[in-house]
Amino acid sequence: MKPSTIKSRPLYGTLAPVPQATQHIAIVEGEGALALADAFAGHEALRRTIILFSPIAHRADHDQTAVLTSLSCEALHLASNVQELLGTLVTILSTATMGTRLYVSGSEDFIGRVTSEALRQGIEMDAIQTEHRGAPTRRVQCVHCKGFIDGVSASPALCPHCGLHLLVRDHYSRRLGAFMGVSIDAESPGDLPPPEAFGA
Amino acid sequence: MTLSFHAETFRDDYTFANSPAAIRAFPFPFDRDAYMYTVNIEQHVPGPVQSATEFPIHIDEHYVAEMRDRAITLAEDPLRCQSLPHMMTAEWDLLELLMTSMATHYPAHFTLSRDGDRWHWINRPMDVDQTFTFGDVSTLPQGPMEYVTRQCQGDFCLLDQREDNLWMDAGMVTSQADWSLDFDLGMNFMEWHAPVPLAHDLGVFERALKFLLNLQHGCPVRRLNWTMTINPRLDTSPENYHRWGIDKASVTPENVGDKVHLRVELQALWRLPRSNAIVFSIRGYLIKMDELVTQKKWARRFHRVLASLPQPIADYKGLGRFRDTTVAWLSRHDDGLPTSPGFAPD
Repeated sequence: MKPSTIKSRPLYGTLAPVPQATQHIAIVEGEGALALADAFAGHEALRRTIILFSPIAHRADHDQTAVLTSLSCEALHLASNVQELLGTLVTILSTATMGTRLYVSGSEDFIGRVTSEALRQGIEMDAIQTEHRGAPTRRVQCVHCKGFIDGVSASPALCPHCGLHLLVRDHYSRRLGAFMGVSIDAESPGDLPPPEAFGA
Repeated sequence: MTLSFHAETFRDDYTFANSPAAIRAFPFPFDRDAYMYTVNIEQHVPGPVQSATEFPIHIDEHYVAEMRDRAITLAEDPLRCQSLPHMMTAEWDLLELLMTSMATHYPAHFTLSRDGDRWHWINRPMDVDQTFTFGDVSTLPQGPMEYVTRQCQGDFCLLDQREDNLWMDAGMVTSQADWSLDFDLGMNFMEWHAPVPLAHDLGVFERALKFLLNLQHGCPVRRLNWTMTINPRLDTSPENYHRWGIDKASVTPENVGDKVHLRVELQALWRLPRSNAIVFSIRGYLIKMDELVTQKKWARRFHRVLASLPQPIADYKGLGRFRDTTVAWLSRHDDGLPTSPGFAPD
């Protein structure tokens, strides 16, 4: 991935186990499972690795589940959706010790939600690795009604909470794990450009 | 000095106006006939008598009306005032800074008596008489930052310093030029400046951050920033952009003088003694074009600045829909004569 021109947008790297970590927690979604497998397969760190996986419902992620199962890690939690996965993550982090490292991979909006939750639980940013895999969708917060919109693939996007059409600004909050969405036709109501899909 | 406070509004019927004295005191931000980003930071030392920089904290004829407008905004959107849990010491630092400065320089309006930790604060214009224990949150009706900034003109941010960076970890922001405290809360200096065009490539933010990390207690600094606002609206927040954005389309050659305002921010930065945090104050001033052109020098100069402004800056400041109309209107007040050096009116 090219360095972002958006200075508040996180840069994503490539997952790599930190050898001296006492505990590894991998939180992955969809194709993120493959990023984890690429980094951890055959690594001794797997014995101290808990994996939380959220398959993407409408895709054939059975193979990815099989890939994760074959890693023989300390524990593998399968969640039926991201909300459930975050609940499990909070429980695990409540007993996490110093030396715990987090590895997050999936779509950008997934990485944003997981990172935001981990920061809220007191994990330091430099203890979190991220790798972007899958669709270039973004998580957006509507600045007007404060509602979050997951999986946004283009701008402008309709806010399902308040009905405004939002320009997705090039401004990202790690605390919220979201880009800012702001009314695109406030100065000229109804004047909507055609949606433009996000690049990777 | 004793101020006389206007009964005026910054929304709905927009009755805000400047007295001739307030026009003369307006912190006009251009010292030459063109504008470009610079690290225009100077020591926050006392300026001329009856100017915006005469005292560290400037209270003026709009004080009571601005505080009323802030209360309305907060009632509608409490997220305009937020503070992360580790900022409590900095909040008390801020309360001390503002109360002592206001009481020292405007004794007719504010009094602060201290007996150890027992403090007694009197704010006559707002009819407040409060005794509290410094450091004990339970003795104030709100947190110290919210309490004192509901009684002081300007927006305030508290910046925590760690990891060689500054972090926007608390603030009271109700009269902002289109940025969101709720969105930027917890960001570092580079992150919250991310949307600003051109300046990153000029290295402005790297130099400014390096400078601010070394800011010393007792040596505050200031700079001016500016934009333009249609109608004298304080709450030009992104949160309410879907309400005020339409105003930008309402400018016509006939109403420029009354509707179009130059909005100047006197930004100051103070190192705080207990928390080592930094106060970033953003004291806003509005002046309509009809008022601005009463000063011939400012009329000529602002016409030239606005006409020659680089397009990316005009776009970022959101001037697109009314810039040409305003330049045309201002041209009638520019006779082409040279302007004198410096900011002050002739």
